[in-house]
Amino acid sequence: MIRLKVNGVEHSFDGDPMMPLLWYLRDELALTGTKFGCGVSLCGACVVHLNGKAIRSCVTPMRQLENAEVTTIEGLSVKGPHPVQRAWMQFKVPQCGYCQSGQIMSAVALLSSNRSPSDEQIDEAMSGNICRCGTYQRIRAAIKAAAKESA
Amino acid sequence: MNTVDNVSRRGFLKGMLSTGALILSVHLLPEPAGAGEKISGGSTHADRATLHPSAFVGVDTDGTVYIVAHRSEMGTGIRTSLPLVVADELDADWKLVKVEQAIGDWRYGGQDTDGSHSIRDFFDVMREAGGTARLMLIEAAAAQWKVPPGQCETGLHEVVHRPTGRKLGYGALAAAASRLPVPRKEALRLKRKSQWRYIGKGHPSYDLTALCTGKAVYGMDARMDGMVYAAVMHPPVLGGTVKSYDDKEALKVRGVRQVVPIAPFKPPHAFQPLGGLAVIADNTWAAFQGRKKLNVVWDNGPNATYNSAQYKKALFETARAPAKVARNAGDVEAEFKKGGRVLEAEYYIPHLAHAPMEPPVAVAEFRGGTVTAWTCTQNPQAVQDIVAEQLKIPRENVICHVTLLGGGFGRKSKPDYVAEAAVLSKKVGRPVKVVWSREDDIKFGYYHTVSAMYMKAALDANGKPAAWLQRSVFPPIGSTFELGDRYGSAGELGQGWTDIPYDIPNLRIENGPAQAHVRIGWLRSVANIYHAFAVQSFSDELAHAAGRDPVDYLLELIGPPRILDLKGIDYPNCGAPYTAYPIDTGRLRRVIELAAAKSGWGKHKLGKGRGMGIAVHRSFVTYVATVVEVEVDERGKITIPHVHTAVDAGLVANPEFARAQFEGAAVFGASLARTGEITATNGVIDQSNFYDYPVALMRDAPRRTDVYLVDSDAPPGGIGEPGVPPFVPALCNAVFAATGKRIRELPLSKHQLT
Repeated sequence: MIRLKVNGVEHSFDGDPMMPLLWYLRDELALTGTKFGCGVSLCGACVVHLNGKAIRSCVTPMRQLENAEVTTIEGLSVKGPHPVQRAWMQFKVPQCGYCQSGQIMSAVALLSSNRSPSDEQIDEAMSGNICRCGTYQRIRAAIKAAAKESA
Repeated sequence: MNTVDNVSRRGFLKGMLSTGALILSVHLLPEPAGAGEKISGGSTHADRATLHPSAFVGVDTDGTVYIVAHRSEMGTGIRTSLPLVVADELDADWKLVKVEQAIGDWRYGGQDTDGSHSIRDFFDVMREAGGTARLMLIEAAAAQWKVPPGQCETGLHEVVHRPTGRKLGYGALAAAASRLPVPRKEALRLKRKSQWRYIGKGHPSYDLTALCTGKAVYGMDARMDGMVYAAVMHPPVLGGTVKSYDDKEALKVRGVRQVVPIAPFKPPHAFQPLGGLAVIADNTWAAFQGRKKLNVVWDNGPNATYNSAQYKKALFETARAPAKVARNAGDVEAEFKKGGRVLEAEYYIPHLAHAPMEPPVAVAEFRGGTVTAWTCTQNPQAVQDIVAEQLKIPRENVICHVTLLGGGFGRKSKPDYVAEAAVLSKKVGRPVKVVWSREDDIKFGYYHTVSAMYMKAALDANGKPAAWLQRSVFPPIGSTFELGDRYGSAGELGQGWTDIPYDIPNLRIENGPAQAHVRIGWLRSVANIYHAFAVQSFSDELAHAAGRDPVDYLLELIGPPRILDLKGIDYPNCGAPYTAYPIDTGRLRRVIELAAAKSGWGKHKLGKGRGMGIAVHRSFVTYVATVVEVEVDERGKITIPHVHTAVDAGLVANPEFARAQFEGAAVFGASLARTGEITATNGVIDQSNFYDYPVALMRDAPRRTDVYLVDSDAPPGGIGEPGVPPFVPALCNAVFAATGKRIRELPLSKHQLT
């Protein structure tokens, strides 16, 4: 039995300990804001926060999550949109939107460790998140605006 | 009306509601019918609203306006931009509008959301839908006030009596308006352009908040009560079949319930399931794990001979030989025989995969002779057709709900994956959710075709072509629907080939035969991609050969402003009437001049390793010129600092979405030009995920794309696709300018640029 907190709520899991967190969130908790894109840690659609750090939920097995605190996109905005989400809306970032949960979770993690990232640092931090629609320039602009707002 | 209560009552999406997270998103989806209930009208709030003069709109007594989005939302914003047109003509307050997604139903007209024609085909329909409701509300108010309707007009969500200033809100008028006859189209008083509130103004997406908060519902997120999950092991080669299999190990995987065969398709494959074996499980992970443990012996069939390296050689050989003539003027051969300066070049683009971020996925339930499906589809009507055919039930017994799409790019207008879910549901007696992995998506696509283009031109004394021959060869999309189809259709050739807009006296356009060995389908911009690549790269080559500036040369190739006469040529013009949407070289010239001016073309000296390239292309009846700036470092690494795209799409319904589409097109183009390549070995696709089929990351994408929309009153053209075709040759022409290396074969990753 694995005990963990997801968005502040206690859960216990006694399924296949090798099952990645992604499928636990999506199929068992119905927290579908976290997306499946590649299954092998290449696209970033599945990014969530584990104890405050961005991780790829598609390659993080449940057995590693005893006592873990997981935050998903649904947990980011319980008290209204996060400043990063507000910036996303301001710049009208999403096209199809499917990758944007992961993009936002990566951007929040970036800004929590670097409050004023340069273009290069943004590129570096965000180049694990694929957007097939090609919203990158708006993502970059939104991150800068969010950085400014929280500075 | 409490949507959440309705959802609970039906038990639909049960389990999601407990999380609280998705309640809002339920509003985004059409309300599903009760189990087994046939849908023929009455399926939307719009239909049930008090005033509902059209399938697209309803006004309720509380003032809520329901507008039906019948086209699929895959990121273009169409789910917002068409309803905004209705709202505009209705003078509705957008805050009081609820957009509902239509199920597949022909009463809405065609719903196949591809070919960049949603606005073109439905702009007027939406205006009339809104204008009809507006006129009925005006007439109802006039009757109540006992004044002539001509004295009344609408303000925001209300009717106003001009002489007295009296006002009545739409909600208060809905009941009275609903008792009036629906006016004829001719009686409508549609707004003048200057009166538009929303059209052309760049309103944000109806779904913006949901999209930024994880609450939007995609096909991947749809659930049905009691559903099980399926992963399908498809035959590795197209047309392959299962000889024998052993599922003992698969069944041992925790959570795996059963293994179910899916019959192979009957050629031609069209939208039928590929066949194979499905692993049915309690969750997606178990289904994927179980599939890995299947032991299958395949009969690979005749397509196991397909090897991309050999095929490419054969394609080039075909392209070098005379072929079927699609357009001919003058006598190119006579001109070539005269000698002088004759140039030849061959171009090649490999297969591409769509790779939408959301792989194909569908949930379907077969019960009592009816199928209910929830899926990310570009074409719910094609879902109805293929599911009906596979299960031998009438098409009206297939209810296809459309979720948001996590990207489409053409892949999701082919509903093979939805048919799989329906077929499996019938076999296992429960709702089944079929989830394609990324590997399934890359290995079992409907690929963009592989193409070779042969180009030949004779230059006159001024360096201008006196003769131009172009010949393309590619396995056509028709091969998906007709066995052995080997020639490009008029539609494919009409995408940047037969419609070459150049002013050249001797011109010959040909197409050679090619056999398909994988499923060929349309991918964003379709045949325009390879045709524009060849024509616009070759034009740049000729400019340099003639010692001319590429922009000036391009303008000279196009010649004076005129309407291109394509009489006698089988030219479908993407389904648009040629009289309303002719090829106007003046518009082509204007976008070239605009892109050149905005980019500062020829104005400043670029440093070592830097270059600019230009290309122009009309597709989906929209005119686009793109200037790309590149930097190539001493190791040959390319960066794209700036892209300038000038667009004449006629009237643009939502400039904000239009700009976003052209920004995205530059990234899509960068992906395919830099690294896009799907190949086969012995009929098996070599690539499988983003490590061997890379798409542009933030660091690879153009750093900045500026989009310049030409202000135009011409009828609306396409937006989603026309940005891709000129980007690719403009990038390669820029690489030439920067390095002196001419790129005739994609992807760029195959070339050493130092």
